[in-house]
Amino acid sequence: MDKVKVAIIGSGNIGTDLLIKIIRQSDTLSVAAFVGIDPESDGLKRAERMGIKIISSGVDGLINTEEWDDIKIIFDATSAKAHLYNWEKIKTYTEKKIIDLTPAAIGPYIVPPVNLSTLHHENNVNMVTCGGQATIPMVYAVSRVARVKYAEIVASIASKSAGPGTRANIDEFTETTAKAIESIGGAERGKAIIILNPAEPPLVMRDTIFTLSEIVDRQLIINSVNQMVEDVRKYVPGYELHQEIQFEIIDEENPIYIENLGMCHGLKTMIMLKVKGAGHYLPEYAGNLDIMTSAAKITAEMLVNMQ
Amino acid sequence: MKNKVYIQDVTLRDGMHAIKHSFGKEILTQLAIALDQAGVDAIEIAHGDGLSGSSFNYGFGKHTDKEWLSGIAEQLQNAVLTTLLLPGIGTIEDLKVAKDLGVKSVRIATHCTEADIAIQHIAEARKMGLDVGGFLMMAHMNTPKNLAKQAKIMEDAGAHCVYVTDSAGALLMHEVEERVDAFKLELNSDTQIGIHCHHNLSLGVANTIVAMEKGAYRLDASLAGMGAGAGNSPLEVLIAVLNKMGVEHNCDLFRLMDLADDIIRPMQERPVRVDRETLSLGYAGVYSSFLLHAEKAAKKYGLDTRDILVELGNRKMVGGQEDMIVDVALDMHKKVNHD
Repeated sequence: MDKVKVAIIGSGNIGTDLLIKIIRQSDTLSVAAFVGIDPESDGLKRAERMGIKIISSGVDGLINTEEWDDIKIIFDATSAKAHLYNWEKIKTYTEKKIIDLTPAAIGPYIVPPVNLSTLHHENNVNMVTCGGQATIPMVYAVSRVARVKYAEIVASIASKSAGPGTRANIDEFTETTAKAIESIGGAERGKAIIILNPAEPPLVMRDTIFTLSEIVDRQLIINSVNQMVEDVRKYVPGYELHQEIQFEIIDEENPIYIENLGMCHGLKTMIMLKVKGAGHYLPEYAGNLDIMTSAAKITAEMLVNMQ
Repeated sequence: MKNKVYIQDVTLRDGMHAIKHSFGKEILTQLAIALDQAGVDAIEIAHGDGLSGSSFNYGFGKHTDKEWLSGIAEQLQNAVLTTLLLPGIGTIEDLKVAKDLGVKSVRIATHCTEADIAIQHIAEARKMGLDVGGFLMMAHMNTPKNLAKQAKIMEDAGAHCVYVTDSAGALLMHEVEERVDAFKLELNSDTQIGIHCHHNLSLGVANTIVAMEKGAYRLDASLAGMGAGAGNSPLEVLIAVLNKMGVEHNCDLFRLMDLADDIIRPMQERPVRVDRETLSLGYAGVYSSFLLHAEKAAKKYGLDTRDILVELGNRKMVGGQEDMIVDVALDMHKKVNHD
C-alpha cells in the first residue's frame, strides 16, 4: 500500500518533532509538505535539509500547492488562534481530516487508547494537551473499574521544553486538560496543575494523577492501570509507572471539601508516572513533546487503517 | 520620620500553610476586621497556594476561596483586600470571581525564572483595574542580575510592584540587598519593590529591614509569623523594629501583639518556629510549604523529615511540586528496606 500523504502546519517544537517521527517511524504516512510562516525558522530549515517540501506562506500556500489534492491528513501544530484561521480554510475540503494539536479544540478530544475508535468519522479532532495525553489514560483506567468523583493531575515539565505558545497561555493548558479529564477520563470533576522546573540538566517529564473514587478492590485498579500503561507504551515507549500505586482511604468522619462537589470521601489513588521522550527533536527530557506528537501520529495511522 | 512603608499582612494566605488551609470563615473574618483596625495597608486572603490551590497536591481547604473572600471587602475600613494567583494552578477566571467579591489587588506568582508565564495574568489583572504585584518565588535560586531581568518582564507586563520572594527562607542579608539593588537598576523608578521573607534562618525581620533600607516599599509580614515553614517576618516584631527606627506606618503595635498571642498562637497545632525541620528548609533552600507534607510522608514511610527535605533540595524541586515529596519518600523507603 502506498503511504498516505500528510501535511504538517507549524514549524515549532511540536511540528518539527512530529515531522521527524513520521519520517523515521511511520509505515503508513509520508510528509508531502511542511508548512510554516518564517522561512528562517529552525524547523523549516531542518525540513529542507531533510529533503521535505517546505512552504513558508502558511495554510494559504499549502492549499495552492500542487500536492494539496493528494494530501489526506493535515496536522495543525500552530496556536489556538491560528488553528481557527486554518480550519476555516480547510473545512470546505470535506474529504480531508485535520488533527489539531493546539488548544483550540474545535473538534472532539482524542486520547488514543481511550476513545480513538469512536471518532474515525470526525473531520477535526483535538489532541487535548501534553499533560492530558499523559494523564487521561490513567484517569480512565481508574474510572473504568470504579466510579471517579474527582480527578486531579500535576504535570511537571522542564522549562526548556515549554515553548512560547505554552508560556503565553498557560490557562489554556489547565482549563483544556481539566475539561478532558471529565469528558474523556470519566471523572465527575477534573482539575489540572502544570509546573515548569528550570533545573539543569533538565528533568524528565513527571505526571502525578490523583483520583477519589468509590471504594473497590485495589487490585482492580492496579490491574487496570498496568494494562493501560502497556497500551500507551505501544506508541510512547518512554511512558512508565515510576512508583507503586499509593492508596489511602478518606473516611466519612474526616471528609475532604471539594469545590462544586461538597464533602467527599472514598478511595484516594495516587499514580506517579515518568514520561521519557524519544529524543527526536528535543532531548529525552521533553516527554511532554514526545507524548503529544506520538499520540497525533498514532491517531493519523489508525484513521488511515480504519478506512 | 523616615519614608512611609506599605505593610501587607499574609496571615490569612501564607498562614494557611501552617494549619493545612483550615481557617474557619468566622475566625478569618474576625481577623481581617481586627487587622484592618490595627492599621495594616493590605490583607491577603486565599488558599496558601493561591486561588484554586485547594487540591490533593496542596491540601483541600476548609472553605473555597470564594467562601473565604465573600463579605470581607465590605467590612474593611482602610485596608486593601488582596489575593494571590499562581499561573499553572489558578486561572484568570478565578481572578474574575475574586474581583467580583471585592478584591482590589493581586499578586501573580511564578518561580524566579519563569516570569513570562505570568504576562497574560498580569495584563488581564490590569485590564480589570486591579493593583498588581509580580511575585518572584524561590528568589535564592536565581542570580540578582537574572532575577532583575525576570522582574523587568513582570514590569513590562504591567506590574505596579515586583517582589523579591524568599519562599525557602534561604537568603542571607547581603543576598537580599544584592537583589533589591539589582531591581533598582533594572526597573523604572515608579515601579515599587516588595519583599516577602520566610523566617527559616531567623532572618525574616532582618531581611525585611535590609530590603527596606535598599528601597523596598511593600513589606510582607504575618501575625506571629503565621506562614509556611518557620513562618514569615512576624508582623508585630517588624512593627516594633520600625517604631524603634522611626519609620512611618499606620499600624498599632499592641493590637498586633494581642492578635498574635491571643488568637494566632493557640491555633498552631504544630508551632510555627525555627526548629530542626524548618531550619533545614532554609539551610537546604527548599520551598517552605513542603514542611507539613514532608512531615506527613516521613511519618507514613518511617523516615526523617530532614532527609526528605534535603533530598528535595538536591533534586532541585520548585514550588508546587508537592507530589514529588511522596516520590522522594518512596525512593528513600525502598533504599532503607533494601540496605
